[in-house]
Amino acid sequence: MKTKLLTLALSAAAFATVATGASAATLDDVKAKGFMMCGVSTGVPGFAFTDDNGDWQGFDPAVCRAVSAAIFGDSKAVKFTPTTGKTRFTALASGEVDMLARNTTETFSRDVDLKFTFAPVNYYDGQGFMVRKSLGVTSALNLSGATICIQTGTTTELNLADYFRANNMNYEPVPIETNAEAQEKYLANACDVYTTDASGLAATRAAFEKPDEHVLLPEIISKEPLAPLTRHGDDQWSDIVKWTINALINAEELGITAANADEMSKSSNSPDVKRILGTEGEYGAMLGLGKDWALNAIKAGGNYGEIYDRYIGPKTNIGLERGLNALWNKGGILYAAPIR
Amino acid sequence: MSNTNTPSTNSVRYVSTKVLPELPAPINTSGPIAWIRANLFATWRDTILTLLFGYFVIYALMALIPWAFLNSVWTADSLRGCRETIVGHSGACFSVVVSRFNQLNFGFYPSTLYWRPILAFVLMFVAFAPLLHENLPRKLLWFSAGYPLLAFWLLWGGSIAGPLMIIAMVVAAFLVGRAVSAAISPTIGLLAAFASMVIWLLFLQSPLTELFAGIIPIGLESVETSKFGGFLLTFIIGVTGIVVSLPIGIVLALGRKSDMPIVKMLCVGFIEFIRGVPLITLLFVASTLLNYFLPPGTNFDLVLRVVIMVTLFAAAYMAEVIRGGLAALPQGQYEAANALGLNYWQGTRLIILPQALKISIPGIVNTFIGLFKDTTLVSIVGLLDPIGIMNPIRSTPEWNGIVWELPIYIGLVFFIFCFTMSRYSMYFERKLDTGHRS
Repeated sequence: MKTKLLTLALSAAAFATVATGASAATLDDVKAKGFMMCGVSTGVPGFAFTDDNGDWQGFDPAVCRAVSAAIFGDSKAVKFTPTTGKTRFTALASGEVDMLARNTTETFSRDVDLKFTFAPVNYYDGQGFMVRKSLGVTSALNLSGATICIQTGTTTELNLADYFRANNMNYEPVPIETNAEAQEKYLANACDVYTTDASGLAATRAAFEKPDEHVLLPEIISKEPLAPLTRHGDDQWSDIVKWTINALINAEELGITAANADEMSKSSNSPDVKRILGTEGEYGAMLGLGKDWALNAIKAGGNYGEIYDRYIGPKTNIGLERGLNALWNKGGILYAAPIR
Repeated sequence: MSNTNTPSTNSVRYVSTKVLPELPAPINTSGPIAWIRANLFATWRDTILTLLFGYFVIYALMALIPWAFLNSVWTADSLRGCRETIVGHSGACFSVVVSRFNQLNFGFYPSTLYWRPILAFVLMFVAFAPLLHENLPRKLLWFSAGYPLLAFWLLWGGSIAGPLMIIAMVVAAFLVGRAVSAAISPTIGLLAAFASMVIWLLFLQSPLTELFAGIIPIGLESVETSKFGGFLLTFIIGVTGIVVSLPIGIVLALGRKSDMPIVKMLCVGFIEFIRGVPLITLLFVASTLLNYFLPPGTNFDLVLRVVIMVTLFAAAYMAEVIRGGLAALPQGQYEAANALGLNYWQGTRLIILPQALKISIPGIVNTFIGLFKDTTLVSIVGLLDPIGIMNPIRSTPEWNGIVWELPIYIGLVFFIFCFTMSRYSMYFERKLDTGHRS
């Protein structure tokens, strides 16, 4: 009886804390802890993986490192929590992580219904198709009757069904669970086509023994804007993530790199550069951060373009061209709001 | 007399005068050839089946041996490197296992501190030894009892004050329990001991630990749970589950057979609830749902939550296995215990359990092995056990595209440990076999 009462009292206390905890400022919590917690995926080529030392690397962890640098001036003050597709949203909602950088597609229901705030999109993806060159297929519209390897329980499955129905074609799905399984099945000719996000297809193709024997079809049948996200209800924290990403994109536009950031902050006369690097205005203070927040974020891993090139760009094994993810003035659609 | 033995040269044409040397049995009735004939080619149907399966086995080996042994690469630094080495053939790229060997075994545990999990692993066998072999000195059991704390301290690090305070708690609970049972009754004493442990854990443990951590400056560098992974995690979850689920299972099984309605109801309710829910659901509850109920920032770490869930799950199954053993005992055994004037606990301890547990050994070990393998399910809630850690390794630029090599290594390690457990249980059964079946 005694223990039961104790449990009751404890859970009551827990509920009370939850009620008050939700409104507490994440930034204050993070500063008090001395590190931020960032949810990443358990492994997507180029986007999240662990190096030999067990450190998380990739396009997504780099965003977390930049945010950490903006807050603490230290890109290492971040603790990564690997999350699966099933646990990611609860991990964020329950406060187990402070932000999620886990190639997550921004959608209406995730924003409005699940109550998450999406930061600016940091990778524009879309669902594509890969086929063997020997099939002689040049367009997804020729794929009627094909067997298609597809991951079950994902939006890609629904997109595929929509696309084939809209074009009056039929197909035979071969359900698979993971990307590794898909590679094996596809290479063993268990399916003619493999469909998933175009970035994933490129990474998969790059890992093949003979990548030249496979082509990505030109059709992209869905929009998958991937963006980091935070919880609803703490605008200051969401702003920090949002403007860190904007700062990285603006930095590329302004030619600020990890190498020249310090020097530019002293020598540049451009007001845009001065504002972003904190030598003019009090933008850091408005976010509750130091003057040099964006300077530190850029120095952590470079500007957007540098991060892109390091992990997924044309010179890496993944080999993704910038495409839609080029700056707006270079043929892409990356158009970050100005810092002023 | 000698005449009768010496044959007459007239009546018989030839009789050997000495014993012929023993010859080996004809080649087709003993030795390998006979074995093959008797077992593989006895009838024409056997012959066909043998040839058929022989063909399959040889076919598989012809593909497997060059792949796994002759053409395999162990030293390349990336999949690309492997492919360059084995141009034109198909071969395994075991370099990934070599290159990420430590990650597969320890997760992200700091490499300078590897001696700690290794020491804990070795000491684990020392701790198990007196439980598994009766002719070792009984004093070793004290080490076994203290081992969980030692292992905890070695793995997680931190001040030595924490484990010491737990020992103090156990001593205090024991003293309280003894005092109360002497004063009132043994059952109340048990409850009092339990209550004092809960109170200690809730209110005294952390302040005392902090106090003594200041006084005794002995400690190991602490390692966060998020750094744990690979087989280290498998062993933490598996071994804790195995060791803790057995006693809980025994208690639940006894509770289920109890005459006391509330105890019985609680045990049945618990067992049926846990058995009615898939383990994966429990893991999701542990990883996600619990967070909503705990205050944000509560440091109730995921590994601990998962260990608790896995243990409870195994305990429910264990209870049913042991209940099977209890049910197999003839009623006469219970009655004999009563007739000897033993009370419930004495009878259970001295007569019922030794027999029931012996009967249940295959089932118990079966549950152990199942539990050990079920630990791989934790990869679904984002813990990087060997299966979970394959994913980030496969996503690296160097190893993207690797398929079979990692599961082969993981499967091999699991096989070694599960097979060992299985063989030990068979040995144990033989040793305990008294020769008479009830």
